Amino acid sequence: MKDIFENEMKLEFISKSSNEAFARVTVAAFVAQLDPTIEELADIKTAVSEAVTNCIIHGYENKQGIVKIVGHLKENEVILEISDNGKGIENVDIAKEPLYTTKPNLERSGMGFTIMESFMDTLDVESIVGLGTKITMSKRIKPKIENEENEFQMITKD
Amino acid sequence: MESKFYEEDKLLVFKITDEIDDCSVQKIRRRADYEMERYMPKRVVFDFDSVTFMDSAGIGMIIGRYKFANIIGAKLEVSKLTQSVKKIFEMSGILKLIPVAHDIEQDARVF
Ligand SMILES: Nc1ncnc2c1ncn2[C@@H]1O[C@H](COP(=O)(O)OP(=O)(O)OP(=O)(O)O)[C@@H](O)[C@H]1O
Ligand SMILES: [Mg+2]
Repeated sequence: MKDIFENEMKLEFISKSSNEAFARVTVAAFVAQLDPTIEELADIKTAVSEAVTNCIIHGYENKQGIVKIVGHLKENEVILEISDNGKGIENVDIAKEPLYTTKPNLERSGMGFTIMESFMDTLDVESIVGLGTKITMSKRIKPKIENEENEFQMITKD
Repeated sequence: MESKFYEEDKLLVFKITDEIDDCSVQKIRRRADYEMERYMPKRVVFDFDSVTFMDSAGIGMIIGRYKFANIIGAKLEVSKLTQSVKKIFEMSGILKLIPVAHDIEQDARVF
């Protein structure tokens, strides 16, 4: 029987905008284990950047707090949970609409959720006003050329 | 970010060389607005050739500069969009508003 490839990581950092690059690069390095294409990796980095930025500028409104990322790899799927303990979202359905933003004065465009939704396969948003927000998103990494898999089976056969 | 002003054409070119996110846009915004006010160009072009990463912060940044350019009577364009930059700009619909410059190649060779 072939073992199912699984892995998990947790990452916590304070809500500083200079940590946005740190977060997306770290997640990308973790996801690299699934051998994604450059484009798949770029999509994941962008989605992570959107989610983390939202925690920092909307969740904590630039006050200090902790942003948490839990990443799972399961077979060829990456699942990411990104959460804050900030102010929460009153109406998630409205917040997810393209171009909806509560911070137009900060030159936000309201495209964050739309980008996460289209760059990942699934997006789920849970939020409680006053307690915080957790988004869960997943993406399947397409398997690469077949003969690589034969090699893999030979090595893992007991 | 690098910039160059072509006096005879009243053309101001910004070549963005950083990753574009919430953290970096503040610097880009401040410098771009300062130079637009200083040179009073008729045409402003943002060159994305060296941009290795951009998220939605780039959309807000360009819309903001587009508005600022309008105020000073300049036309804003974008150029040399990478595949991933293009994907994000197209999603937001701003390319219906902001033209993509194709003739900038020659001028921007200076960089
Ligand atoms: N973690 C969060 N905590 C509180 N509110 C949030 C959070 N994430 C999103 N929101 C709310 O949802 C709205 C939409 O988010 P979205 O990321 O789509 O757009 P934006 O952040 O406003 O702009 P952009 O991402 O394009 O720069 C935000 O304006 C904010 O009101
Ligand atoms: Mg956002």
